[in-house]
Amino acid sequence: MAPKNRLRPDLAKIAELVPEGARVLDIGCGEGELMDVLRHDKHVDIRGMEIDAELVEKAVSRGLSVVQGDADCDLSDYPDASYDVAILSQTLQTASRPDYMLDELLRIGRTAFVSFPNFAYWKMRVSLLVHGRMPVTPHLPVSWYETKNIHHLTVDDFRALLADKGVTVEGCWFFAGGKEIGGTNANWRAEHAVFRLSR
Amino acid sequence: MATALASDLNTVTLGAPLALDSGKSLANVEIAFETYGELAEDKSNAILIFHALTGDQYVAKTHPITGKPGWWDRMVGRGKPIDTSCFHVICANVIGSCLGSTGPATPAEDGQPWGMRFPVITIRDMVRAQVALLDALGIETLHAVVGGSMGGMQALSFAANFPGRTERVLAIATTARHSAQNIAFHEVGRQAIMADPEWHGGDYYGGTGKGPEKGLAVARMAAHITYLSEQGLTEKFGRQLQDREAKSFGFDADFQVESYLRYQGISFTDRFDANSYLYITRAMDYFDLAEEHGGMLADAFKDAGDTRFCVVSFDTDWLYPTSESRNIVHALNAVAAPVSFVELSAPFGHDSFLLECPALDRVVKGFLG
Repeated sequence: MAPKNRLRPDLAKIAELVPEGARVLDIGCGEGELMDVLRHDKHVDIRGMEIDAELVEKAVSRGLSVVQGDADCDLSDYPDASYDVAILSQTLQTASRPDYMLDELLRIGRTAFVSFPNFAYWKMRVSLLVHGRMPVTPHLPVSWYETKNIHHLTVDDFRALLADKGVTVEGCWFFAGGKEIGGTNANWRAEHAVFRLSR
Repeated sequence: MATALASDLNTVTLGAPLALDSGKSLANVEIAFETYGELAEDKSNAILIFHALTGDQYVAKTHPITGKPGWWDRMVGRGKPIDTSCFHVICANVIGSCLGSTGPATPAEDGQPWGMRFPVITIRDMVRAQVALLDALGIETLHAVVGGSMGGMQALSFAANFPGRTERVLAIATTARHSAQNIAFHEVGRQAIMADPEWHGGDYYGGTGKGPEKGLAVARMAAHITYLSEQGLTEKFGRQLQDREAKSFGFDADFQVESYLRYQGISFTDRFDANSYLYITRAMDYFDLAEEHGGMLADAFKDAGDTRFCVVSFDTDWLYPTSESRNIVHALNAVAAPVSFVELSAPFGHDSFLLECPALDRVVKGFLG
């Protein structure tokens, strides 16, 4: 089992916030680090979806229930409100239509956690301003032509989408340099964001 | 005709007649099985493996006719992914087959072989027989049921029809129903057998003839192609010629692939009964798990409760392609069953589940826990 303190800060925050014993779907679960922590610490009934066969194989071989699938099209397999919590970590920006994916998330889960990298983080802005090229950072280490992140967004972009859709923000948390930071001027200061949402 | 079996078979004779989907019933059913590894005192560590169309109970034991290692020797054994140092593995010959369980070659009540008088059976009938075996062995709940190909169909049928009797279901390279293409290939095989003049309407046992060996060999050749991938055949044989420098301008087996298929066909007839081939392919063709449950596959699994499922497909399997596995996963998701699914990459087509595939080993080991 992966100790909670080894989780990425956004995942550790989600792990902290998921209620004990909930039914949880982790979309883009990778090899199941968060799932592993949640099933041990929170005794949740948890399922995962992951597109990469090798990661699915690793998750299944640690005894987790993970389906190889593409969140862009396979979420439609899941019935309405079939989970208490749906988690979408670092996947929204890879969706072909993030707005549709958000709808699916809130259809399947009564509450949803969404985490994403904030492209308006000040270091990104400086990097783009100074170098004039798409930033490559420790958290976004892949060049523009091979990145899976096809829909870069900022904290304010996300808030605007939520407002358009009438989605309720139950809470939001921000991170920079591997630590949680306050919410003031998050659009500048946050490297990552976690939102808890409901309809 | 298949060689007679040794008499040291492990068999159970069912006390009650076996009710069949056709409405008929089969009395005095014998089930031949093998076990591997010790059964725990609380009987909690049993895994039932279902074999494929021409498989048998010799999963990890030397085959009594061919002398070859068990068909899943690489998967089942001490320290292997299905580890017999902690699990008690049971594998039974399906009814309708010819390795010791009741089938068309065994005597009917009149003492004569059943032949084509044997009732048409289904996958569910095969599973009923295996459940009766479990009852006879006093095993109520299994740690897992496991099967590839037709074995996977039985695993799914087991989960649907006997929910609660297994904690885990591992279905590999399989489908929840036979497609028109699947049925079509089987029909080629059956027609090849029935067109062989030695078939005699299925009444070829005990005579001086050898039975429909040519027909059965052709059936096996056609089926064998469906178990491989185009890439696999190309890599293994390409257009290479067999023991010759140039084409013969005749109809000998010029190409290696022809020679290989002829060998596969003819060696198959040493170990398999043609009528069994007819009956088992029929059972597979009749298989449609959704149809049995009012047309909704999800309804087949609605009582599966906490049973955990793992579905595995292979990217080069065109017999039961990944889309068929996704269909199963879709149904399981609809009833919120705990399901895992992965499409593994392997070059060998449908047969990949029997061959070297380290990723499959890891998934199997991890899923069984």
